[in-house]
Amino acid sequence: MQVKINISLKTGVLDPQGRAVENALSGLGFTDASQVRIGKQITLDIDAEDSARAEQRAARMCESLLANTVIEDYSIEVIDAS
Amino acid sequence: MRSAILIFPGSNCDRDMMVAVERITGRRPALVWHKDSQLDPVDIVIIPGGFSFGDYLRCGALAARAPAMEAVIDHASRGGAVLGVCNGFQILLETGLLPGTLVRNGGLKFVCREVRLAVQETLETPFLDDLSSGTELRIPVAHNEGNYFADDALLDSLEEGGQIALRYIENDPTRTANPNGSARNIAGILSANGRVMGMMPHPERAMGNGHPSEDGRKFLTSVLEGVAR
Repeated sequence: MQVKINISLKTGVLDPQGRAVENALSGLGFTDASQVRIGKQITLDIDAEDSARAEQRAARMCESLLANTVIEDYSIEVIDAS
Repeated sequence: MRSAILIFPGSNCDRDMMVAVERITGRRPALVWHKDSQLDPVDIVIIPGGFSFGDYLRCGALAARAPAMEAVIDHASRGGAVLGVCNGFQILLETGLLPGTLVRNGGLKFVCREVRLAVQETLETPFLDDLSSGTELRIPVAHNEGNYFADDALLDSLEEGGQIALRYIENDPTRTANPNGSARNIAGILSANGRVMGMMPHPERAMGNGHPSEDGRKFLTSVLEGVAR
């Protein structure tokens, strides 16, 4: 089952990379852009009977390795539930 | 005085640390490959700097889950001493042996220069036995993710519990004291039992004999003599 995991910085955690990108956007005239935050996306296949089980396994993976829950939030999307 | 230094793929300060420890103690540390799950009894485990596993995912994240780290966690749970320098500090945070995390430098640049540090008033720890609070040290840093981050509640508890070991202080008036945006100028912290320490500066790069500073030797001597007592 294909699973997409989105990892983002928690609100309140400074994102210097996001800020630099925001400044660059503003320099290009995109002054309407604000609150730029940069995260990461991990896609993987999980061998599971159903999407609930796949989601549960993905959450375990996030807690034990994929996300640092001190500073990051994660969300899980099971794409291929067929 | 028995010591061990861990090596991960991408560690690059392991040998410098080995030479530094051997110069001080006269005894060569055991070098432990990350796949070894056994650790012979030692007075201290040192996790050196570098770019373990290419800093993939997050700095220290993959190294923290290596078999050798399970042995280090065991050693620490028995009250064993552990020192993590730079990437070693990042690894200790990822294992949870130390609280908080290190994020990208505030200035978005890799910072490589000598900084001035002050030893803080701490809880009882063997590492700082011979360094009274207020002692100043000049030791270089070299990192991209040295910006210590924790929520205010944790930072307050670190301060109140005497777990902040080293802080950046003013060095050159044309530069800010804090090279990376680290919360409350934190350069190094201790665990609640005082037996695990993580720090961003590289003491093995301030050993005198051609290095501009000898304060790293002073610091490591305090650490190694402290844990051998």
